[in-house]
Amino acid sequence: MTSQKKGWKDLPIAGVCWIPSTEYITGDWRTFKPVVDTEKCTLCLLCHLYCPDGAIHWNREADEIEFDYDHCKGCGICAEECPVTAIEMVRE
Amino acid sequence: MAIAKQEMLALNGDEAVAYAVKQSDVDVVAAYPITPQTIIVERFSEYVHNGEVDTAFVCVESEHSALTACLAAAAIGARTFTASASAGLALMHEILYVTSGCRAPVVMAITNRALSAPINIHCDHSDSMVERDASWIQIYAENSQEAYDSIIQAFRIAEHPDILLPAMVMLDAFVLSHTLENVKVLSDEAVRKFVETRKIPMVKNHKGDVVPFKLDPEKPLTMGPLDLYDYYFEHKMQQEEAMKRVPKVIKQVHDEYAEVSGRRYGNGLTESYRMEDAEIATVCVGSTAGTTKTVVDQLRDKGTKAGLLRLRTYRPLPKQDITEALEGVEAVAVMDRAHSFGGHGGPIFHEVRHVLYDSQTRPPVVDYVYGLGGRDMPQHLIHRIYKDLEKIVRTKEVEKPVQFIGVRE
Repeated sequence: MTSQKKGWKDLPIAGVCWIPSTEYITGDWRTFKPVVDTEKCTLCLLCHLYCPDGAIHWNREADEIEFDYDHCKGCGICAEECPVTAIEMVRE
Repeated sequence: MAIAKQEMLALNGDEAVAYAVKQSDVDVVAAYPITPQTIIVERFSEYVHNGEVDTAFVCVESEHSALTACLAAAAIGARTFTASASAGLALMHEILYVTSGCRAPVVMAITNRALSAPINIHCDHSDSMVERDASWIQIYAENSQEAYDSIIQAFRIAEHPDILLPAMVMLDAFVLSHTLENVKVLSDEAVRKFVETRKIPMVKNHKGDVVPFKLDPEKPLTMGPLDLYDYYFEHKMQQEEAMKRVPKVIKQVHDEYAEVSGRRYGNGLTESYRMEDAEIATVCVGSTAGTTKTVVDQLRDKGTKAGLLRLRTYRPLPKQDITEALEGVEAVAVMDRAHSFGGHGGPIFHEVRHVLYDSQTRPPVVDYVYGLGGRDMPQHLIHRIYKDLEKIVRTKEVEKPVQFIGVRE
């Protein structure tokens, strides 16, 4: 695995990022994942505003919120802030 | 190039540093006053107040903040300076590593002062020697003239695109910092021409664009983010490799500066004093080298083949110079103005002896810890060290590898 990664000769100095952070999958840290009850959800998008990882989006076509599980760490802030308790944290 | 016209000024070490910074076209200074560095910051704030420099002076609430502000300024591409000592440098400890890790070429003057407790404002090297592992270049000045010259050189060395590491220039508390000396200064134009403006190398950012290595909202990049077991080690290797390139750049900058100023300090890394045919030699840094040169002259007048190797840089350690200068000597004494409690002698001893272990001749090396908390190091004590070395050569025996000299029992 190490051999596929850049060595010190090719790596930019000072930890400068050479790929966007969105390509770095961090969702596997999660213990609980948020799940939305679309019946209850009013699409107020407070969850989108509060998410520290930008991992909640409004899917315009489906007219639903959706979670980016590749980057959601399962912190539960969205479930805590949801005014209509439409988000439940479910053990992975 | 002809040697530039110079003016002789009566300056103490701190004033000499402030004067060098004034001439070096520095963009940002953030500093917190601490004795015996205070005069550097005071003089420089006067230059700012009088409009003699085009520098943003950031007042901060601590040394931790001072270096953080400098790191941030250097990260946007500014030429940056700060100064500290003793407890102030200790408070910067965390940010020293962040600065070098972000490859921010901050230049810092340190007026070497003992660490508390008991509280003491006088000279020893405990404060900067303990930071040897922080990936900062360390240059120790013997006198105020060298402090002035070294600050100017330090900007060129630290900012060199092959290096991009921060640099500290050390001067001894009070012995240099508060003692008036005749210092030759270059003209503002000559210094400005020598230091040039900071050159920013290009890097590839996360979008694949080639952008200047500095924080700029128009051309964004991220530096120093989370870096775990998968990449941290590689970034540390890069710092080590950059350090390996430093000796060449120091010598090059030192040579160029000599062309303008007419002043040399050995080869820029070490200064050998009467070492050509020396049988016994001492090794030290800082102002004690001046006293030791006088002692060496006295011994040479009597026919004793004594010499001195002064380390100008401690980081990077001039390994090759140490070997070349000392492998032909019959006995070596290191003088350390710092001590590692519970260890085996002081920091310079550890490294000089360590380097000589790989030499063909492997001469005996002994250590003398001296001058802690500003205790004077007079000529007669240095004579005693050379006398001990003569005895080692005569008897081929080392009685005590580590001794404390100038302390009462």
